[in-house]
Amino acid sequence: MTTIYRARRILTMNPARPEATHVAVRDGRILGAGPLQELKGWGTHTLDDRFADKVLMPGLVEGHSHTTEGTYWRYTYVGFFDRTDPEGRVWTGANSIEAAVDRLKAAGAALKDPAQPITGWGLDPIYYGKHRCTRQDLDRVSGTRPVGVQHASGHILNVNTRALELAGLLRKGIDHPGIPLGEDGLPTGELKGPEAMMPAAPHVGFDRDLLACDELGLRYFAKLCVRKGVTTAADMASQLPPDAVDMMLRVTGEPGFPARIVSLRRFLSIAPDELIARALELRAASTNQLRLGIVKIVVDGSIQGFSARLKWPGYYNGAPNGLWYVAPEQLRAALKGALEHGVQVHAHTNGDEATDLLLDCVEEALARHPSRDHRFTIQHGQLANAEQFRRMKTLGMCANLFPNHHFYWGDQHYSTTVGPERAERMNACATALANGVPLAIHSDAPVTPLGPLFTAWCAVNRLTASGRTLGEAEKIGVAQALRTITLGAAYTLKLDGEIGSIECGKRADFAVLEDDPMEIGPQKLKDVRIWGTVQDGRVFESAPAPREAAPAP
Amino acid sequence: MNPPSARIPVTVIGGYLGAGKTTLVNHLLRNAGARRLAILVNDFGDLPIDADLIEAQSEDLISIAGGCVCCSFGSDLMGALMKLAARSPAPDHVLLETSGVALPGSVARSVALIAGCSIDGVVVLADAETVAARAADRYMGDTITRQLAEADLAILNKTDLVPDAQLLALRKWIASTAPQARLIEAVRGEVPAEVMFGFGYSRAAIEGTGRLASGKLKPVEDASTRYESASFAVPQAVDAERLARALASPDSGLVRAKGVLRDIDGSMKALQVVGARFEVTAFAGRADPGIACIGLRGRMNRAAIERAAGLANTAKIV
Repeated sequence: MTTIYRARRILTMNPARPEATHVAVRDGRILGAGPLQELKGWGTHTLDDRFADKVLMPGLVEGHSHTTEGTYWRYTYVGFFDRTDPEGRVWTGANSIEAAVDRLKAAGAALKDPAQPITGWGLDPIYYGKHRCTRQDLDRVSGTRPVGVQHASGHILNVNTRALELAGLLRKGIDHPGIPLGEDGLPTGELKGPEAMMPAAPHVGFDRDLLACDELGLRYFAKLCVRKGVTTAADMASQLPPDAVDMMLRVTGEPGFPARIVSLRRFLSIAPDELIARALELRAASTNQLRLGIVKIVVDGSIQGFSARLKWPGYYNGAPNGLWYVAPEQLRAALKGALEHGVQVHAHTNGDEATDLLLDCVEEALARHPSRDHRFTIQHGQLANAEQFRRMKTLGMCANLFPNHHFYWGDQHYSTTVGPERAERMNACATALANGVPLAIHSDAPVTPLGPLFTAWCAVNRLTASGRTLGEAEKIGVAQALRTITLGAAYTLKLDGEIGSIECGKRADFAVLEDDPMEIGPQKLKDVRIWGTVQDGRVFESAPAPREAAPAP
Repeated sequence: MNPPSARIPVTVIGGYLGAGKTTLVNHLLRNAGARRLAILVNDFGDLPIDADLIEAQSEDLISIAGGCVCCSFGSDLMGALMKLAARSPAPDHVLLETSGVALPGSVARSVALIAGCSIDGVVVLADAETVAARAADRYMGDTITRQLAEADLAILNKTDLVPDAQLLALRKWIASTAPQARLIEAVRGEVPAEVMFGFGYSRAAIEGTGRLASGKLKPVEDASTRYESASFAVPQAVDAERLARALASPDSGLVRAKGVLRDIDGSMKALQVVGARFEVTAFAGRADPGIACIGLRGRMNRAAIERAAGLANTAKIV
């Protein structure tokens, strides 16, 4: 059964044949892209005109997200920016604490059980001026139910008085850097960092392991993928216990599941040799729709949380250097084991010192176990400089940078965390490409919203939320950006032989667009309307948003 | 919230890879006496418990001779601690072995947030052979010094493996890196259980129902004669907070003290000192007021302790 789709324009990412008008699909794979006359040569076919006024791109590849993006949507979104939920409703941004409080209050009014918590996410009080959100603010939501709202960064939780009480934190004498105290000596309700959040989180509806995705979350995540033109997404990463793997295999294997998930095993709680053994077991369990067997290692923390490891001169505001999340001995052992057994490693570094350590360790491991195509990938690598990109190239590494940071935290990076000069070179996409480092870019959803075309817009324009252009020299072109969110990301996942371009033999994965990203203009790249996707030859149209609108702020 | 007396004491054990954290923990398990210890480790990867001590092992729990257990916490330290605190019977003492790159002081501040736990002390180990080189390491140096700077007790371990001159220099270096900490020295992690857990009386005796009687004290037995112990009856009212502060200061030469006192406002207080850390809490039980101390042999400053306790001429030393 062959179907030939006609499209307004097909952007193939195949340099030998960059554009086409038709694409022929058989058994979920691409027979070819080109003029109808050529494709007819494949024999009996159906000509399908449904995309005649659409633009097709290779299915977009999100190289670093977390399926928990889907998990959060069962809670109330109170972020500053508009955000689209899995059903397609646009939640308008909450532009003040009052707006956030009102929305949470409305969510509480819908609850029957009087003890049930009210849970929100996405709060961004940095846009509300100097006022920090307090327990008194959230007491206006409810004085009797526990109320908790996670910040957009995921690193801070604001709770009300009732939640503090339930957590045993409504007391004097607390001495913790993550728990500011009010004039009355009691916590203000702001809980910063995972440890400070932990005693209260279960009382306000956040499960213990916020990064563990469940079945409903996975289904929501897949719906979001269709809306954003994504056909393959990396889930980066969890400990992948057997029951989670079974669930993911079952759900992703359903005939109507619209995305290919690449789920990485995080290096946590086990010894390096066990990690590699587990990765090999997971790899053997992979299916077409669920790819397993890559390892993720977290080397340091985050820049906005001041837990990233920076080289001299450190943080612009004088904060002490950040934290190591892995000892060099463990990192080396894991990298050597991975090279020895052909396991791919993706490593999170944010600070440039963490990147240095990773590069040193990879260099040492490669000297022991030379490997020609390991594609070890630096994830985030936000502060990497030109010298480090040159080393990445020499060592055969890839980079997956995080340009969304410019929009969401760029102003803070400029004023507070790393200062103007380094803020301008953060996520140095142009330097990476100039040095020949295979490049991907990502959203780290739910840290920032899933949406590779938005991420591409960030890499092309490098605008902050306040409108500052952060690093003119590191901008990349639209064509380059589109390549990074397709073939570029596919390469970092070792899937470039299967996906990432529209050409003979590859999987029939398309992003179906209403607008042409090459024509709409660089400033409008994020506004490209997305009709849906084709994944493995199956057509998925974004369901129209339900009639009732999302709650107004 | 549970009353303070019901909180389980947690000792946070820090120090870089190879400093001897696991060796110390195993030594303490072998010398736990009747104490039910719970050990929390990051992972079971590097055999946290000596094989001959293990009675049974499941995926996340090792049962150890004498009613002790060992659990791994992975990514969820706080959750694992809350679970431990809820165990029945509750452990007498938790030893939390942090990862080699963690900052134990930060870990302790977080543990203190859990209603069922209280911090007994932050103990940081340093490997006498390698700590100087580690502290000069380009990547790990500041982590090593930050770990020590947050210690209540610093244990310089493997002192038998370095020449005297180097040991002398190390003592000076640790004193300047961690001026607040009480420095103790050890070979193969052999630190007496009393130094880590206090004297042999049960928690109930000091915190609730029993009586603290100076005559019951067992002297600290340490073959290397590194420590000495003493107890003082303190019949008159004292400023408990001030006394605690004095006992926790380096001048006292104490590594540990515990006691019950009548405060100047007439209320009864329990006092605990672990190296540089002290805590004064309300005391509801019955006890003869007094303090029991463990100090470094030859360094315990009895005169200073007596002065601080207002015992100028009436000290009763056991």
